[in-house]
Amino acid sequence: MYVAVKGGERAIENAHAWLAEERRGDTGVAELSLVQIREQLSLAVNRVMAEGSLYDPDLAALAIKQARGDLIEAIFLVRAYRTTLPRFGSSRPVETREMACDRRISATFKDAPGGQVLGPTFDYTHRLLDFKLAAEGDVPEVPAADPRMQTTPHITSFLQGEDIIEREPFSDDVPGDLTREPMVFPASRAVRLQSLTRGDEGFILGMAYSTQRGYARNHAFVGELRIGTVPVEMEIPELGFCIEIGEVELTECETVNQFKGSKTVPPQFTRGYGLVFGQSERKSIAMALVDRALRWEELGEDNLGAPAQDEEFVLSHSDNIQATGFLEHIKLPHYVDFQSELELVRKLRREAAELAETLASREAAE
Amino acid sequence: MDQQSRNTVFAGGFSNPPVASAHAFRAAMNAMARPGQVQKIAGATPPEGISVAAGSLLLTLCDPETGVFLAPDVDSEALRGWLAFHTGAPIVAAELADFALGGWQQLQPLNRFRIGTAEYPDRSATLIVEMHRLDVPNAMLSGPGVKDTARMQVPELAALQANAALYPLGRDFFFTSGSQVAGLPRSTQVIAEA
Amino acid sequence: MNTNFSAEDRKGWMSLLASAEEARLTELWQDYGLDPDFEFLRAPEVGGIMVRGRMGSTGAPFNAGEMTVTRCALSLADGTVGHGYVQGRCKAKAEIAAKIDALMQTGAAEALNEAVLVPLAQARQAQKTARASKAAATKVEFFTMVRGED
Repeated sequence: MYVAVKGGERAIENAHAWLAEERRGDTGVAELSLVQIREQLSLAVNRVMAEGSLYDPDLAALAIKQARGDLIEAIFLVRAYRTTLPRFGSSRPVETREMACDRRISATFKDAPGGQVLGPTFDYTHRLLDFKLAAEGDVPEVPAADPRMQTTPHITSFLQGEDIIEREPFSDDVPGDLTREPMVFPASRAVRLQSLTRGDEGFILGMAYSTQRGYARNHAFVGELRIGTVPVEMEIPELGFCIEIGEVELTECETVNQFKGSKTVPPQFTRGYGLVFGQSERKSIAMALVDRALRWEELGEDNLGAPAQDEEFVLSHSDNIQATGFLEHIKLPHYVDFQSELELVRKLRREAAELAETLASREAAE
Repeated sequence: MDQQSRNTVFAGGFSNPPVASAHAFRAAMNAMARPGQVQKIAGATPPEGISVAAGSLLLTLCDPETGVFLAPDVDSEALRGWLAFHTGAPIVAAELADFALGGWQQLQPLNRFRIGTAEYPDRSATLIVEMHRLDVPNAMLSGPGVKDTARMQVPELAALQANAALYPLGRDFFFTSGSQVAGLPRSTQVIAEA
Repeated sequence: MNTNFSAEDRKGWMSLLASAEEARLTELWQDYGLDPDFEFLRAPEVGGIMVRGRMGSTGAPFNAGEMTVTRCALSLADGTVGHGYVQGRCKAKAEIAAKIDALMQTGAAEALNEAVLVPLAQARQAQKTARASKAAATKVEFFTMVRGED
């Protein structure tokens, strides 16, 4: 129960003023600019865009600055802003086949057409702190080679040629949108993917890891991971044709998973899919694993009771804004709530004491 | 598209959209909250043949995610272009419509419009019915938003009574004429005027 | 009036303007120097669009998240209508894009194309090539180690 209590306005105003000062920190130190955040903390910006579910690097940088680097708070700010935007429409599904890849690797085929392109990866760094970065360092010159300008085919397209992997049924159906309609269970795969791509990275990672450790293991290979930009096209109603309205950076992961056959269907690999805004490699691999785990029913697998197979559990707890909102509200005034519980406990204790006294006096009398 | 039809397509929107649509929304809300009570609604100048009230409702309520059905008497290239530019709303079949516009006869049969589901009664159609006038009451209303009784002009009784019987499912109605609108939600009981 | 363009041409220039870098576009537009009389049909407004992907890259669509877009529509004194749909939240950029869209349908097309669109397309291509060159340099060249005698 909540009761409006007056009297906090002054304290709140003063707290906000102090928050602004603390955010700025030592004024002897230069202030961070939004472009600095956008350019130099780009993976934080990417995470805020992915989980804020709004692609706009400048806005994400502002949110990070305002939130003092608390990414969940920044995501909250972006989500709140998003709700104020009129929606002009929906894009055509992006063609990741057309992606200008900065990075493209496959763990399944060494000699994949298009090659193994490492891109700006942390993978082969030694994870030793580089103290040179503590001083202002020069940026090394980046080597260049003959650019490959043609499109890079997906690894799964080769497997599909042999029918050795399940096919994704093509459609142009309008997908459900969890920002417009409340989630109902069982959810469609479209809504599951939307929920996973905006879900908390740590939660999705934990769920994915649990499948690797044996809770509904589905034996995933990273068939392909690619990072790069794709054009976004939308049909403009008043023009009657489609134009590119911009470009977004995406990370896509396709997993090749355990196979299954039956008397009528020869064995075939199955697949999981991850697609996330920005350069978000860990998140997209995790998303693909969880997507695959949630497909158990459709693929005729057993429900092993694993958390990652439980759609309602995964989808209801993946959103960090919902979670933090509910979690943090318990620190807000619950004075009346608590008062009633306090009185109840006092009453129970009083009754227990009286009972004990009665019993004791009865015993003494006997 | 020639210059003439171009101009009708791009003109006639709200001149100050945030303020005008808020005013129009308030009128639409009051119309539904006070069944039968005529409200003034304006701001839009739709293509010829469509009332200011109906045009203002469409601009206020429609967007790219709401399907609109246009009955044959109102359907035209000019109206389709105008709706596309100002709202982005797709034109759909009656069975899929969130909103429908037309004269009463041309909107028939009513049973093709959605009535919602038990879980989501809101997934139903709202019909904007163009009328010649709204000031010749022929029905008595009762129900939520009506203190005692209210009077209203309706195009037909039986169909609206049948719709009210579906409550909590059913369709909702706006009746429009010139720059006037009156609402009739599914929760209102309609009987012939004594 | 320039009627010598196809829907494909128009799609091309509108697409180029949508993802053009704001500062560069503004600079090229100012250098071009002609600022026509116009009337807004739709004043610049910021909104979002839902970006969709496909399951497994080739299957059914799903909603991946939104992006910010600014749009604007205007008509020139002669009645030519221009539309601007650009990425991000810049109203000035949307207005310039709509003016260019309108002027590209008039006799100004050729000069405007040379002054603004060609340099934008070149900049875009150069940027794409530079990135692709860096990516190419990180491509793994496998070679087999020679093992054993001889």
